[in-house]
Amino acid sequence: MTAVAITETEGEYNFAYLDEQTKRMIRRAILKGIAIPGYQVPFAAREMPMPYGWGTGGVQVTAAVLGREDTLKVIDQGSDDTTNAVAIRGFFEKTAQVKTTSATKDATIIQTRHRIPEKELTEDQILVFQVPIPEPLRFLEPRETETRKMHALEEYGLMHVKLYEDIAHHGRIATTYAYPVKVADRYVMDPSPTPKFDNPKIDNMKALQLYGAGREKRIYAIPPYTKVKSLDFDDHPFEVQKFDKPCGLCGARHVYLDEVVLDDQGGRMFVCSDSDYCEERRAEGHVGDMAANPAASHLAGKSSGAAKTEAGE
Amino acid sequence: MTDFLSEEPLLRASGVTRFYGDRIGCRDVSFELWPGEVLAIVGESGSGKTTLLNCLATRLAPTAGAIEYRMRDGAMRDLFQLTEAERRFLMRTDWGFVHQNAADGLRMTVSAGANVGERLMAVGNRHYGNIRGTALDWLERVEIDGTRIDDDPRAFSGGMRQRLQIARNLVTGPRLVFMDEPTGGLDVSVQARLLDLLRGLVADLGLSVVIVTHDLAVARLLSHRMIVMRNGEVIETGLTDQVLDDPQAPYTQLLVSSILQV
Repeated sequence: MTAVAITETEGEYNFAYLDEQTKRMIRRAILKGIAIPGYQVPFAAREMPMPYGWGTGGVQVTAAVLGREDTLKVIDQGSDDTTNAVAIRGFFEKTAQVKTTSATKDATIIQTRHRIPEKELTEDQILVFQVPIPEPLRFLEPRETETRKMHALEEYGLMHVKLYEDIAHHGRIATTYAYPVKVADRYVMDPSPTPKFDNPKIDNMKALQLYGAGREKRIYAIPPYTKVKSLDFDDHPFEVQKFDKPCGLCGARHVYLDEVVLDDQGGRMFVCSDSDYCEERRAEGHVGDMAANPAASHLAGKSSGAAKTEAGE
Repeated sequence: MTDFLSEEPLLRASGVTRFYGDRIGCRDVSFELWPGEVLAIVGESGSGKTTLLNCLATRLAPTAGAIEYRMRDGAMRDLFQLTEAERRFLMRTDWGFVHQNAADGLRMTVSAGANVGERLMAVGNRHYGNIRGTALDWLERVEIDGTRIDDDPRAFSGGMRQRLQIARNLVTGPRLVFMDEPTGGLDVSVQARLLDLLRGLVADLGLSVVIVTHDLAVARLLSHRMIVMRNGEVIETGLTDQVLDDPQAPYTQLLVSSILQV
């Protein structure tokens, strides 16, 4: 046995964790996905150092498109500081040493679970989605061979059976997330578990959208400026959730709100799900009607000094 | 209405043969089916009648032989020369297939209304009110109470499931319906009611039907013509009454004499 000198780089991870061959394979799948908008491209998903359901698909897509100059933002449920977002951001800080940010406008790649930022994205940005179940037809047709055939032959009547069931049982289309869309007048696609509130943003978006499903080993994509239509009936048109109150902290309307329980006395408030958007608005001086509430300002947290000052005033 | 005067057959099978490895499924079956005609394929278990039906309905590719169908534009096309997309379109618009076990032909996890409406949505109907209206109308025609429209077929009795399956198939106004033992597994009074219903629908809609059954009474009640099969081969064909009242082949004689007289 001869002792081999260990160089400094040896024993470390390759840039962005995955080896270059794997990244090439994933990039090929991404390119194919972009060429056929909404089509689910199979790929050889790797084991990642995180459990399935935590964004193994999204992480692989991000790793494959990430460059040294990129700035990464990671969102989980609209927020930058929940467990999943913190873990994935830390993962890429460690394995790729890229800059990270929570500001939507500064990011070049945004990996997300559930939400699309409220701020309009640009052509220079890539939005990466973590997808649990990529097949929109799955719950009605369990056979993969059959669903593939249905996509190939554009047999999408079944998707409307699901919407029909909603109306028959609830009086309206009760699907609120993973709401099926038709991409570029061809493939029906599941926009991952994003709320249907975000569906209009997917349509004609300036940024490139990449969807990665690690467990199911599928990648699909929507190129910039692509028509995306949410499925509906003529007499039950698609509509998004409406909130009767503005955000309690920043007063924003026409944004997606999360309900937050404040105490065990029935106290609650609705706040922006997109935490970066909310902070930015508060920094600009917008104040919601709950911002003065001590429980609420506690919720706004350390990261939003501006709101605290305002609340104090 | 039944149209026996039409000059052109709707379906033509020529030398249809299907092998399972070395074993025979059915061999060298040829016949023509005319618009508005009900053809019964009878025989004992294992005689190849279901294999033949599956070949005709393109659910199974024959080893040899050809099956042609007259499309709505009047052209006679070989079914196995059609593209898969054309074939599947034909199956959900111009054809129906009624399974012996209703669960095979229904979506058990969606409501009765959605089961009937599925074909309408598959051909591009996008108006909920119209789809539901048509579904209600069809439930009524197959004698299912309209208040059951939002119930799962799982909550239905065997006879209701079978009637629902028939409604689901007929909603797009098909010209040809395949039936595989549609009354199998139902008790006698439910069978009688279903047969009554089927006979009415077939006559009203002028449907052509290929029905597989081992029950000669079903053949007698529904069909105009019948084919008797044994060991994968046709041993006798003819008008139903003629075959049942004056069977020529020894096997048919045996079959007819085996009917229980109560």
